[in-house]
Amino acid sequence: MADFGSNEEVAVIGNTDLTSAESENNIINTMVERGTSLLNKMEINVAEAEKRTGKNTVNMQETYTVYLIETRPAENVPEGGTPAIPDSLWRRYSDFELLKTYLMVTYSYIVVPPLPEKRAEFVWHKLSADNLDPDFVERRRVGLENFLLRVASHPVLSNDKIFFHFLTEEKGWREAVLETGFQDKVDPRLKSLSAMLRVKNPDKRFTALKHYSDELNIVISQLLRVRARVADRLYGVYKVHGNYGRVFSEWSAIEKEMGDGLQSAGHHMDTYAASIDDILEEEEHYADQLKEYLFYTDAVRSVCRKHELIQYELEMAAQDLAHKKQQKEELVTGTVRVFSLKGMTSKLFGQESQEQRESRLAALEQSIQEGEEMVKEKNTECQDFVRTAWEDIERFKEQKNRDLREALISYAIMQISMCKKGIQVWSNAKECFNKM
Amino acid sequence: MSGHTVPADFSGHMLDLDEDEDLEVFSKNISLGDGNPMPNSPGSMVNQYRLEDDEEHQDANTKDLFITVDKPESHVTAIETFIMYRVTTKTTRGEFDSSEYEVRRRYQDFLWLRSRLEEIHPTLIVHPLPEKFVMKGMMDRFNNDFIETRRRALHRFLNKIAEHPILSFSEHFKVFLTAEDLTAHRKQGAGFLSRMGETMKAVANSVRGLKNRSEEFTEMQEYVEDFGYKISSLDRVAQRITKEQREYLDELKQYGPTYTQWAGFEEELGDPLKGMASCVELCSKETEEQVHHLSEVLIPTLHEYVLCTETLKAVMRRRDNIQAEFEAKNEALVSRKVDQETLQEEVDGLADRMEQANNALKGDWSYWKNGMRTDLKSAFISTAEKNVDYYEKCLAVWESFLMSQRVESSDQRDAEDVS
Repeated sequence: MADFGSNEEVAVIGNTDLTSAESENNIINTMVERGTSLLNKMEINVAEAEKRTGKNTVNMQETYTVYLIETRPAENVPEGGTPAIPDSLWRRYSDFELLKTYLMVTYSYIVVPPLPEKRAEFVWHKLSADNLDPDFVERRRVGLENFLLRVASHPVLSNDKIFFHFLTEEKGWREAVLETGFQDKVDPRLKSLSAMLRVKNPDKRFTALKHYSDELNIVISQLLRVRARVADRLYGVYKVHGNYGRVFSEWSAIEKEMGDGLQSAGHHMDTYAASIDDILEEEEHYADQLKEYLFYTDAVRSVCRKHELIQYELEMAAQDLAHKKQQKEELVTGTVRVFSLKGMTSKLFGQESQEQRESRLAALEQSIQEGEEMVKEKNTECQDFVRTAWEDIERFKEQKNRDLREALISYAIMQISMCKKGIQVWSNAKECFNKM
Repeated sequence: MSGHTVPADFSGHMLDLDEDEDLEVFSKNISLGDGNPMPNSPGSMVNQYRLEDDEEHQDANTKDLFITVDKPESHVTAIETFIMYRVTTKTTRGEFDSSEYEVRRRYQDFLWLRSRLEEIHPTLIVHPLPEKFVMKGMMDRFNNDFIETRRRALHRFLNKIAEHPILSFSEHFKVFLTAEDLTAHRKQGAGFLSRMGETMKAVANSVRGLKNRSEEFTEMQEYVEDFGYKISSLDRVAQRITKEQREYLDELKQYGPTYTQWAGFEEELGDPLKGMASCVELCSKETEEQVHHLSEVLIPTLHEYVLCTETLKAVMRRRDNIQAEFEAKNEALVSRKVDQETLQEEVDGLADRMEQANNALKGDWSYWKNGMRTDLKSAFISTAEKNVDYYEKCLAVWESFLMSQRVESSDQRDAEDVS
């Protein structure tokens, strides 16, 4: 079971008769690290979702959903007392997106938690792919809450002022975010994740991590696709059994001895057919857990990309410095090893004067000094980045292993529950057949 | 050997007749032709045919005729290729000269036997044979699944006959089980010309319509119609379920490899992921067995009873025709003044025939209904049992996975506490 510290109580896996709401809570609780900054001080909920209509940026009517964020100071409620009324405000999905983008740019060395999907993907046929479908909205609500809890429990992200503002003040938040000027920090090269930067000495750990992240992305996508197809088929199998119920019922009307047995067996077949709805709804939780880590791979890739960029700039700076030093050497010794226009013109039009040479040398020295500063700077930046990023990556890896293991375990629990239901129904049906 | 020989130039037609199972056969007299060792007086025949409602002549304790159909083998001649099945009989019955027989029979031979039985016992319910052709058109006669399905159905057919209190004593049945070469026997039997004649008469009579069918037989008719619809529906439902299960199985088979692939590049997660892969693969196998069971037990049984419906309808038609013939002759007797004596004799004969036919049907009806109930009940019970078994096995798989994960985590916790 996941371990949060020696004294923490953890969710029970022995109890396999959890309701879906309970197991959902368990999943969330085990996924979120407790005992860290913000979450120590306040409880956060995404309590509700509501439909709104309004004019959008191009002055057209649109319908969208807003989510109610409730916060309340975390405190022990005395016996018989009522907890304090929470503060609340409404946010829409695009607000969350802005927050996430801000965090990713501002903390480029952190694996920022992902948002739930914008549009329903990996859908099996019965499930609606419509964004306004209540089931989708509900699952998104849970996903958004999960996002907030993850940020609030992150050792670095939870301290961010903009994040705090997002949770506590409805007005003026967008302006505040834009005021931070985070957009200026966005390097266009970061956007094109596929563009290759020719980095000579990448940190091998980051290369491996990027490779892992790509593989994980592929395998989870595949798993989600297979799951959707399997769910589709299983739905078909269960539902067709409902036909037994109907035919048995009709048949029992023309039989004397067999009638009762058939009729009651038919009812069990109906129960069996109906049971698949709950089963597959629970399985959506599992799919959502997988999806979270699918989207996490994007965050990981971002961090790796940022490292590449910093490393690249460092190498460029070092290269630039080396080049300048080379030039100085040539100037001093008089040899031209490297082609330069100045060199050529001086050859053509005669040697330059001592004065000219000296002023050029001085300029070059200045440039070299600047270059050395730059390299030093970039080096520090790089080292800091690698250190802090790797710290967060280790944290992320542990979290991932814990969470995914929990997900697999709860999947097993779901399967067990499904099997038990199946045993029950068919044992009952057999009893009825015996009475035929 | 009994019966009369048929002139050589009819033999070709005889073969055609055997192939054509649609042709309905009407007997003239039960005592004609097959040397059936039964007494001729109507009274004793009525007694013979009246059966107790719940009594089966052959239950497990008194079963004295054991038949198996197996070893399908391809048989090639200059003209055709066909499958021969081995039919083995073990018996303690006195009527059989030996206690063990082994013969080879082809589908046509079964057809012959069945049509003979129907001919002689027009109002008994003779279990149907598997179909001649497969409707789907995708399988051919030499496809292994098709042959196996057919073999099972043929096996069931013979055993159903063997269990039947009257049919199992048929001389034709004995010949079928024992004669080395059946072709000689197949050429004998009631002349086909006479059968053609009967058919024409039957058509003419049925056009006239029945005067008064008794309540009992009307109810029977209605039941047969309703039952036919229900059993066809069930057959379709079961086929559909099997199809959906197969498609589910196909998708399920992709789970395992995906988890295995994932386990390949994980460290800590490698174990639980491999565990998942193994679980889904085991469940896959169980699903395969479940589908297999469906297609071996429930589907064939339901299908047989779909075919039974046709048999029942044919039996009801034949019974109606026998009554119609009697009524027709009776009318003639009432209206005509000449030939009163001969007509009277004929009418009496037909009256007896009708009574025998009715009683035969009544008796066999409850026998058949019991058999139907037993067979379908057992098939459904078996299916339910298999499903329980399936879920129990899957449950065990997932529970052991859960156990292994719990053990691992408590090991981890111990290790962390120590460090």
